[in-house]
Amino acid sequence: MTAAAGSPGAAPRRAFVPSWPKRIALLAVAAYVIYAASLLGISWERFLIGMDEGARFIGRMVPPNFTRWELLLKGLLESMQIAVLASALGIAISLPVGVLAARNLMPASVTVPMRVFIGACRSLHPVIVAIMFVKAVGFGALAGVLALVVASIGFIGKLFAEAIEEISLKQVEAVRSTGASFMNVMTFGVLPQVMARFIGFSLYQLDSNLRNSTMVGIVGAGGIGGTLFAAFKRFDYDYVCAILIAIIALIFAAEIFSNWLRRTFQ
Amino acid sequence: MALAQVVATASGSRGAGSRSLVIRGLAKEYTRGKLVLKGIDLTMDGQGFLAVIGPSGTGKSTLIRCINRLVEPTAGEVRLNGVDLTKLRGATLRAARRRIGMVFQEYNLVERLTVMENVLCGRLGYMSALDAWLRRYRQSDIEDAFGLLDAIGLGEFANRRADALSGGQRQRVGIARAVMQDPDLILADEPTSSLDPKTAVEIMELLTGLAGRRSIPVIVNIHNVELAKRFCTRIVGMSGGAIVFDGPPGALRDEHLKQIYGGESWL
Repeated sequence: MTAAAGSPGAAPRRAFVPSWPKRIALLAVAAYVIYAASLLGISWERFLIGMDEGARFIGRMVPPNFTRWELLLKGLLESMQIAVLASALGIAISLPVGVLAARNLMPASVTVPMRVFIGACRSLHPVIVAIMFVKAVGFGALAGVLALVVASIGFIGKLFAEAIEEISLKQVEAVRSTGASFMNVMTFGVLPQVMARFIGFSLYQLDSNLRNSTMVGIVGAGGIGGTLFAAFKRFDYDYVCAILIAIIALIFAAEIFSNWLRRTFQ
Repeated sequence: MALAQVVATASGSRGAGSRSLVIRGLAKEYTRGKLVLKGIDLTMDGQGFLAVIGPSGTGKSTLIRCINRLVEPTAGEVRLNGVDLTKLRGATLRAARRRIGMVFQEYNLVERLTVMENVLCGRLGYMSALDAWLRRYRQSDIEDAFGLLDAIGLGEFANRRADALSGGQRQRVGIARAVMQDPDLILADEPTSSLDPKTAVEIMELLTGLAGRRSIPVIVNIHNVELAKRFCTRIVGMSGGAIVFDGPPGALRDEHLKQIYGGESWL
């Protein structure tokens, strides 16, 4: 204890020092939000007009129209197939990619190119990638599958590499000290530590791929998205509503299924 | 000097029989110019339990990790059965490593694997990647592993996950994993430091018992001087990266301990 703090009458010591840089940063963000809103012409009146239009749109959506259910089901099944296929391929590729990108296992000469590859997969939105694949391999489900494989590698590869970087190296050292080869160190020292998380990422990506597979059809890459887009263009809002309900049901069903998978694997 | 070392080493490895360990001029620096090990010379003639004592940070862990090359020595040589381990690379290094078992302070079991899988880790150096992936172990290895689990009193725990065990149980599995390698040498890095006094004694009994029955020499880093004197046949005292005492437990006097650890108020 210093003499100054102990002496009576001195100012009380402060336990929580204010951070001026933080305060200034918060103020700057708030100011930019207001500036951006004014620049884009988003005012309260504009918002009210939008709400009015929205109410009319929703009025035209109900009741949902399921009369063309066969077309709906066909599109939905194709979306599901795209998602499952893309997930399987994406997961299989992500496993080695993630290992090669882990900085605690690999030298920089390997991890840097792998991280650039993963970063490239991540940086483009699936719709953009889907458009490119439609141009490259033509309309249909193949383009959708390839686009979602790219998205899967970007997501699982990155998180898997990070999970490997957090493992206990003591366990790895012990396996290494038995004279195990690199592959055997992976099998017995590394994978057991990260497998549960890898399965978690994979199931999350499956879920994500299902949602995205309903959308790649909008750009012609197969699945229910094409049907949905056509219904929008023809102002068949009641059919749009039916498709949206079906997609929501599919995602819910997938959620139940993936929870069951998670329990089985853990 | 260098020539004298070579001659000494050659005669040393010739003189000792199988399972001999000869360390000559072993030095290690983690940062340039700061020697953690200052030219260690140590010979083990293939039997006995050697305790390395010394204060924390004096290079005990570095010494035994330089033997199986988990740490790269800066200079010197380590000959096991006449082969200089410091010259090995890749597959030959791994082949040498599988003849050296290691026991760790924090057990270092693979937590999410079963007890049986952890013990069988000791055979990984002998297995192809595919066989290891598919757990395709030789039946004789599996029977050996069950025999070891019975010997360490954990026969019932074979299919339990390692993270379900207590500290003492984990260290038993750690010892079984090292013995499972059928090693020419076991290195133990503070194997009792994370355990209570009673368990520590039990672990030392188990380690010396299992290794003694198989005539495997053991080098054990240990903080507890009493345990070292009780269980080991030879004691090496280290201080400041050099060996300052080397002799049987009976010869270790208070003045040696003073020299090893510094000061005397703790004695």
